[in-house]
Amino acid sequence: CVAVVTTRHLRSAFALDSNSYVADIISTVEFNHTGELLATGDKGGRVVIFQREPESKNAPHSQGEYDVYSTFQSHEPEFDYLKSLEIEEKINKIKWLPQQNAAHSLLSTNDKTIKLWKITERDKRPEGYNLKDEEGKLKDLSTVTSLQVPVLKPMDLMVEVSPRRIFANGHTYHINSISVNSDCETYMSADDLRINLWHLAITDRSFNIVDIKPANMEDLTEVITASEFHPHHCNLFVYSSSKGSLRLCDMRAAALCDKHSKLFEEPEDPSNRSFFSEIISSVSDVKFSHSGRYMLTRDYLTVKVWDLNMEARPIETYQVHDYLRSKLCSLYENDCIFDKFECAWNGSDSVIMTGAYNNFFRMFDRNTKRDVTLEASRESSKPRAVLKPRRVCVGGKRRRDDISVDSLDFTKKILHTAWHPAENIIAIAATNNLYIFQDKVNSEMH
Amino acid sequence: MLSKGLKRKREEEEEKESLAVDALWLDPGHAAVAQAPPAAASSSLFDLSVLKLHHSLQQSEPDLRHLVLVVNTLRRIQASMAPAAALPPVPSPPAAPSMADNLLASSDAALSASMASLLEDLSHIEGLSQAPQPLADEGPPGRSMGGAAPSLGALDLLGPATGCLLDDGLEGLFEDIDTSMYDNELWAPASEGLKPGPEDEPGKEEAPELDEAELDYLMDVLVGTQALERPPGPGR
Repeated sequence: CVAVVTTRHLRSAFALDSNSYVADIISTVEFNHTGELLATGDKGGRVVIFQREPESKNAPHSQGEYDVYSTFQSHEPEFDYLKSLEIEEKINKIKWLPQQNAAHSLLSTNDKTIKLWKITERDKRPEGYNLKDEEGKLKDLSTVTSLQVPVLKPMDLMVEVSPRRIFANGHTYHINSISVNSDCETYMSADDLRINLWHLAITDRSFNIVDIKPANMEDLTEVITASEFHPHHCNLFVYSSSKGSLRLCDMRAAALCDKHSKLFEEPEDPSNRSFFSEIISSVSDVKFSHSGRYMLTRDYLTVKVWDLNMEARPIETYQVHDYLRSKLCSLYENDCIFDKFECAWNGSDSVIMTGAYNNFFRMFDRNTKRDVTLEASRESSKPRAVLKPRRVCVGGKRRRDDISVDSLDFTKKILHTAWHPAENIIAIAATNNLYIFQDKVNSEMH
Repeated sequence: MLSKGLKRKREEEEEKESLAVDALWLDPGHAAVAQAPPAAASSSLFDLSVLKLHHSLQQSEPDLRHLVLVVNTLRRIQASMAPAAALPPVPSPPAAPSMADNLLASSDAALSASMASLLEDLSHIEGLSQAPQPLADEGPPGRSMGGAAPSLGALDLLGPATGCLLDDGLEGLFEDIDTSMYDNELWAPASEGLKPGPEDEPGKEEAPELDEAELDYLMDVLVGTQALERPPGPGR
């Protein structure tokens, strides 16, 4: 890949101590619908929003870079006294609402509670009051000889964030996904066993639309892992399971969508069967394409593209790190096999991206069938440098800069990635660092 | 906070343990990884899976996905180790005291006991009127000693109750109960639908120390808050 990129790595603005270090781990990344704003959530319950600077002719090199726009504490740790349980403040997901006025709104969720935040700007203030002076003190009326009309004068930009709705007590189990409906009025939240439908304006009730909890918990063999609304059809949504299946549901068919409209499942490959077959087939993320015609899923070793019209198997399968197939036993032992990687489409649905280990992330061009491995790290990326493709060697001929499988760092995992809705700008979360890469030259992937 | 401290501690211990074993597994010289005969590899995988299951259930709130995947993997390993015995979730009495059957019996007992504890834990979450089983004190292997049938009996008992008392009727259930004690600001809002009723009192015979300690702690917290709110006076 010879895309020219600029890199910005941004750390938390807070001082580093033993608490902050853990709290800084980025747990979700999401662009808004125009790509002007980028939100990140972290393990400490904080949300940081970045805004893209408008391109400036004076400084062509700094065009369109992202700066911190707002930071706020979305969720606090809670203690449930009755269950003697601590509810983590970690932000699991952020989803932006489509912008309907000057304000921006987003939903953020931890394991149990979803919150709607409104972000507004204030860049003017009224000056020239008749009854108050500039410091706000009441004037002596005898000194007022004429009336003036207060005027709005510019002031330093102030970004104000306020919680507008709190959607609590809807989930017994841990929330893994939220998705805003294309109707802009409702959204859904999914936990391990249930999916609820909410109205954005109503917080005291929600509709349960999927419930896979068995009557006898001993029969539990499958959980919900991710879910998303169709981008155009407000009645359709998909949810994925720990067994690797996808269920497309139609809310017009029934109030409780336990019966799917379509079931997408790939039969197990008998030649690759192992004790870990089910674990590696567990879908960790599902995303509709922008066109609405395809779905992208991520399981432990692959990303797959599914056509909504074909349930029997995916239309495309890409190997993310097949060299790990022979290491599944160790990865099971150290729990890495349970890592949940996300996946993303580019704006035109022609390229897909997902993270891996060793701070590597992978991109696959669906048209040319080419793929590339890149690394997000300060050591290998200087600002404005070209990202160098990386290679993992699995024995045999080894090139100079190759990394061997055994020297991969499994603690450096890129679980969360996001792609700008229209341009070739990607956001990569590498533990507690955020990398934003931009493609300046209109180049094709090699 | 009790639970907060406990949780962090367990996580640290888990990390240390998994890191130590990790070093063992990733060592290319380790025989088990590369050249172990299938039976031995299955057996160590089996032990590893049981260990994981145990760890998972000891969490204050087990990760359901992790738990389900480990249990399913354990079933697969089990099936490959003792292909003669069928693999029902309901364990039948062990036929002959062969090693495989013993493994099957104990693992099935462990599985159903662990599932029993999971069920009870989750029933407690749903606000059912059953005594919560403290998982820290009595892990699944302890309770499986009684054999599979008793724990299944317990599950049957919980079964119909689970069906009746799901979700929506909870607020109606607790209408008559005096909840003034719980109107204190200290109580997290999430507990609103899960106020324990008087039905919770009987049946708390198992591990009374833990529950009493919990109650004592809660009473201390309440008394401490009320003492703050009340103006200082004589006595008390």
